[in-house]
Amino acid sequence: MSVILVFLLVIAGFAGWWLSHQRLTTKPWLEQGVAGDFVGLDRSALPTAKIGLGVFLAVVGCLFSLFTSAYFMRMGLSDWRPLPLPRLLWLNTGVLVLSSIALQCAVVAARQGQIDMVRLGLATAGLTALAFLVGQLMAWRQMTDDGYLLSSNPANSFFYLITGMHGLHILGGLVGLGRTTVGAWNGARPGRLRLGVELCAMYWHFLLFVWLAIFALLAGWAATFIDICRQLLT
Amino acid sequence: MVDITPADGIPPAEVAEVELYHPHSWWTKYVFSQDAKVIAIQYSATATGIGLVALVLSWLMRLQLGFPGTFDFITPEAYYQFITMHGMIMVIYLLTALFLGGFGNYLIPLMVGARDMVFPYVNMLSYWIYLLAVLVLVSSFFAPGGPTGAGWTLYPPQAIMSGTPGGQDWGIILMLSSLILFIIGFTMGGLNYVVTVLQGRTRGMTMMRLPLTVWGIFTATVMALLAFPALFVACVMMLLDRALGTSFFMPAISEMGEQLQHNGGSPILFQHLFWFFGHPEVYIVALPAFGIVSDLISTHARKNIFGYRMMVWAIVGIGALSFVVWAHHMYVSGMDPYFGFFFATTTLIIAVPTAIKVYNWVLTLWRGDIHLTIPMLFALAFIVTFVNGGLTGLFLGNVVVDVPLSDTMFVVAHFHMVMGVAPILVVFGAIYHWYPKVTGRMLDEMLGRFHFWVTFLGAYLIFFPMHYLGLMGVPRRYAELTDMTIMTESAHHLNSFISIMAFIVGFAQMVFLFNLIWSIRHGREAGGNPWRATTLEWQTPHTPPTHGNFGKDLPIVYRWAYDYSVPGAKEDFIPQNMPGSFGPSREPA
Repeated sequence: MSVILVFLLVIAGFAGWWLSHQRLTTKPWLEQGVAGDFVGLDRSALPTAKIGLGVFLAVVGCLFSLFTSAYFMRMGLSDWRPLPLPRLLWLNTGVLVLSSIALQCAVVAARQGQIDMVRLGLATAGLTALAFLVGQLMAWRQMTDDGYLLSSNPANSFFYLITGMHGLHILGGLVGLGRTTVGAWNGARPGRLRLGVELCAMYWHFLLFVWLAIFALLAGWAATFIDICRQLLT
Repeated sequence: MVDITPADGIPPAEVAEVELYHPHSWWTKYVFSQDAKVIAIQYSATATGIGLVALVLSWLMRLQLGFPGTFDFITPEAYYQFITMHGMIMVIYLLTALFLGGFGNYLIPLMVGARDMVFPYVNMLSYWIYLLAVLVLVSSFFAPGGPTGAGWTLYPPQAIMSGTPGGQDWGIILMLSSLILFIIGFTMGGLNYVVTVLQGRTRGMTMMRLPLTVWGIFTATVMALLAFPALFVACVMMLLDRALGTSFFMPAISEMGEQLQHNGGSPILFQHLFWFFGHPEVYIVALPAFGIVSDLISTHARKNIFGYRMMVWAIVGIGALSFVVWAHHMYVSGMDPYFGFFFATTTLIIAVPTAIKVYNWVLTLWRGDIHLTIPMLFALAFIVTFVNGGLTGLFLGNVVVDVPLSDTMFVVAHFHMVMGVAPILVVFGAIYHWYPKVTGRMLDEMLGRFHFWVTFLGAYLIFFPMHYLGLMGVPRRYAELTDMTIMTESAHHLNSFISIMAFIVGFAQMVFLFNLIWSIRHGREAGGNPWRATTLEWQTPHTPPTHGNFGKDLPIVYRWAYDYSVPGAKEDFIPQNMPGSFGPSREPA
């Protein structure tokens, strides 16, 4: 359970930082009125939707940390047979990176008000994300053809489970991306469009990060890295 | 001391009207509504409905335990199904949904001075997914083989084996699917509760001016958002084990002489995941109760809450600590003694902030002008019950005491006192307190007092004897106790007595339900602020509050939520949105 505890420690750090700005040591019974002192305590200047997405990403991060924790605990048992990852995953990783870059371009374009570039960026991001999903399915096919079935070994089970969960999150993101893209073509208000594109980009970058982390996990590098850390500590 | 700024100079905090959704038809106003208040009532009604099912299940269990062998239809399999569904429904589908979905939705926007939740559409979806989860759960009663009988903890390997009711039928699949749906729905609602507290607060409503109810619900929601994924992961993995034959949790095992295809899985892994959710869950239910009870006591004792800051810190501290105590539910799983030592220590440390809260409630009552209204009676009953249940928790938190007691009725008594009876008493108190705001009418006083005394005394008569049974060694989870040597005649008598009390207390809840329905039309008119309370929900221009809550302008907050009996003030309460400075205690220090 160490992975999830480390993750929660990070969350606790954020929460602590935020709480420390809420003047938790004041004596509210002595303070009356709406004085200038309180400016900045009312709410954050960030758009509410971004904060909402941030909280949601914390939940998603929690989910994948728990899968990782379970992975490490199950890995220690004797019947674990690590599996060779298909080379296709490298290509998929590249495609997902492209998707993130395209969205980042769309964000820059939206800030500069270049609607054509926004449309191009959104469409590219959507298509590359779809290509990533197709690539993942093909990787699954390769695995099953090579005899690495879901239930034949826990390493296989975790591979399908974690990549599947990540794929589902991409699929959900595509719904949001689709709505933003439709808005970009039907002339959504510039402010609204910009916020939508920024939210998509935030979600995409996070899922790219999650993918890199689970790729490292499934390829076994994460375990090697932790072994090295452990040896350094002991 | 911060000086008073006249209200004229401050522009009202106004939410642009485009952001507030306006319903156009009866359907979008009352059924597919995006108004948090309607969603709150939908959540509460659904939770109460499924809670009644759990109440009936507890009666059926008590029939079997109190009068063994009398009722043929309660087979051991049926008994296990009753136990499982009773526990799961009460903890998740009733208490969690009622405190966060019900009270959270109704009170957060009103108390922080917002027009609605920040994402009303997602909030509506949250309720409908919750309803779907409840329907999937109920459908398992009608599925072939009936609901699962794995116990509410659903421990593998037995949960998905054929010896357990529903293990190889539909029961366990429907249970896991329902939980997964519940978690998805809750996450949608939870995002709303958290972000509304962060971003929806009106002008002047700093975090340190929030009523403790909001602090409790807020912290509990943050915890739930971080803890429920653990249950989600456990459910998904068990579903794969059951449906597709993977071996996440299932060890090599044979059943009826036949080797199953599972191999090498770890049941302990499931326990870790389950309790990583399961222990924070206790505080997810308790923290809203702590918050609400603080407000009830302060309002009905006409006195400011003692140690507001300490109360806030204690809520946050309990929330953080509750993530590092989960393995105290697993002392009997054969863990490393150092591991047990660590978790026993963290468990006992959590008693410190909890005790601070209890002292502060008692000190709030000290020399207060205590009005023994029904909400106050329930609040007082909560303090007593919570202390009782908490003290047995100190016993069970120690490994050496827990190991012999773990499988006895003592544990049943402990967790029913501390997370069953105590939060439910707060739920009742809160309903008597806020019902006038929701409906505009008071609940009937006589019926309410009857309900309180029967519930309070009855719950003690049910659960106190269970401690003795547990210390005698009477095991829990057994459908049939007649042939055991521990079960002396007096123990049997005690069991019958507990059962009879359970029926009486259950009957009192019917009286309460009648009161709820009858008073909607026939209750005494309440007016806008019957308890003369300070918080914003009592200052709305309409009762019940209309869509948008606060009329044209949002309120501006000038003070904290607990200005009761301030010397020099005209009345014994000063609403949060009233400008002006009162009292000698306001001199600069």
